[in-house]
Amino acid sequence: MAQSTFRIFFSTGAWLVLAFLLLPILVVIPVSLTDTSYIGLPKEGLSLQHYAAYFQSPGWMAATWTSIWIGLVVAALATAFGTAFAIGCWFLSDRASTVARWILITPILVPPVVQSLGFYRFWVTLGLIDTNFGVILAHTLLALPYVSISVFAALANLDRRIPQAARSLGASVWQTVRAVVVPAAIPGMITGAIFAFIVSFDEIVGVLFITVRNVTTLPKKIWEGIQEDIDPTIASVATMLVVLTLIVTAIRILRK
Amino acid sequence: MPRFSDKFRYWALVLPALAIMIVFYIWPLLGIWVISLNEPVVGLGNYAKMADSNAVKTSFVITFRVAFVTTIGCLILGYIVAYAISNFAGRVKPLMIALVLLPFWVSVLIRSFSWIVLLGRSGIVNDALRGAGIIDSPLRLMHNEFGVVLAMIHVMLPFAVLPMMANMRGISSSYVDAARGLGASEWTAFRKVYFPQTMPGVMSGALLVFVLSLGFYVTPALLGGGRVLMISEYITYQIQEFLNWGLGSALSVTLLVATALVIAVAARFVNLRSALLERG
Repeated sequence: MAQSTFRIFFSTGAWLVLAFLLLPILVVIPVSLTDTSYIGLPKEGLSLQHYAAYFQSPGWMAATWTSIWIGLVVAALATAFGTAFAIGCWFLSDRASTVARWILITPILVPPVVQSLGFYRFWVTLGLIDTNFGVILAHTLLALPYVSISVFAALANLDRRIPQAARSLGASVWQTVRAVVVPAAIPGMITGAIFAFIVSFDEIVGVLFITVRNVTTLPKKIWEGIQEDIDPTIASVATMLVVLTLIVTAIRILRK
Repeated sequence: MPRFSDKFRYWALVLPALAIMIVFYIWPLLGIWVISLNEPVVGLGNYAKMADSNAVKTSFVITFRVAFVTTIGCLILGYIVAYAISNFAGRVKPLMIALVLLPFWVSVLIRSFSWIVLLGRSGIVNDALRGAGIIDSPLRLMHNEFGVVLAMIHVMLPFAVLPMMANMRGISSSYVDAARGLGASEWTAFRKVYFPQTMPGVMSGALLVFVLSLGFYVTPALLGGGRVLMISEYITYQIQEFLNWGLGSALSVTLLVATALVIAVAARFVNLRSALLERG
């Protein structure tokens, strides 16, 4: 079949746009291997010095672990609360539960700086500033919309007559939820948990407002690095995260 | 009686999440309104000061302009991608979708860092152009609106592509086929028959990108270098540099109201439920 200009325009255009999405992300890779002490492409040869600097820096290591464990706690909490919420709303499916669902997604729409201001003032009165718990609470709130949306989407495929059948055969509400609804919600829970982890792992504005010196997450460390001195260590951290993302994405494509 | 107690149990599932959201999120958000009316003195002083300030006006103009240009850019680029994926991607479709989603998983902070590395005074683009002898002195590619908009389009593009793709999935090819069969050219069939059907997706994408751009902080703050002061950065400036909580809160309330107005206006063109509440 002959390629029309119409098709050529859209196909070429699409690949150019996809290149625009991908290539800028990849520049961190050569930069991380630079043999210079400033940000730039390698001059005389490749060097792993900035990776060594990352792994030998107690500050970077501590920030990485903090982000990982806080992300895991947030994923667990948000998935538990968000799944219960979505299942309850799915059963109710009335006007009040729709209002509740709208309330739960407000964090998606409110500008990050505005919500962080709110967090800061309230966390001061609660004594949560610069505590791990304060960060976990804030991140759980920000992650809840994603969990509730993905679990609700998973339940859209569940036939309402199945839990009704379970109930009429004598199962209690809890038994029905456990044996019928939760299994149907699992794909949504997994997506939601991954989203929740990433929301927490990447979150920066809230952390800038509600932490001082005690709690430092990876994004905060990167932010400070960019603000103060642009240090190629950031490029090595960025490269590891980008390569990890590429590997996960490649595995997912190949498994399809 | 049993129906009532069932309902009670369902609400017991809903309530924990709803309660923490209201107590720890909605309540502090309302607190900002109170601060804007109470500090440093009770009254509308902060709002009067805000309305008088040229700096605030400039910041709002910049914010809306950047958000608008970003939205237009994302819609044009995003449409091309969504169209190609939906209509003739064939075997490479999963790869193309993965490339759209990939930036989603890389944090905004790292993507902004990449743009700094590319666009800086001695960044890769300037070095390459100088090395090739095309320019003598470095171009100013960031610390201006150009750099901010470029990086923001990069960050926001997936938010435009996904709703458009979801919409295009539901469009039957028979209408375009009929138009072609009746003698319309490929372009005419696209323009008159296909494009109008994709408007709901375009509008959802526009709403998401515009609303997220209005309140965006990280990329403008890093790529703008203090010269493209969007309202979110202006607010942090007021609070962190001048400890001016009253004005900062009044600005926050205004940004919040502006965002709500945009959504309210968009509700006339967009099915908010499917755009926000039920996106997969």
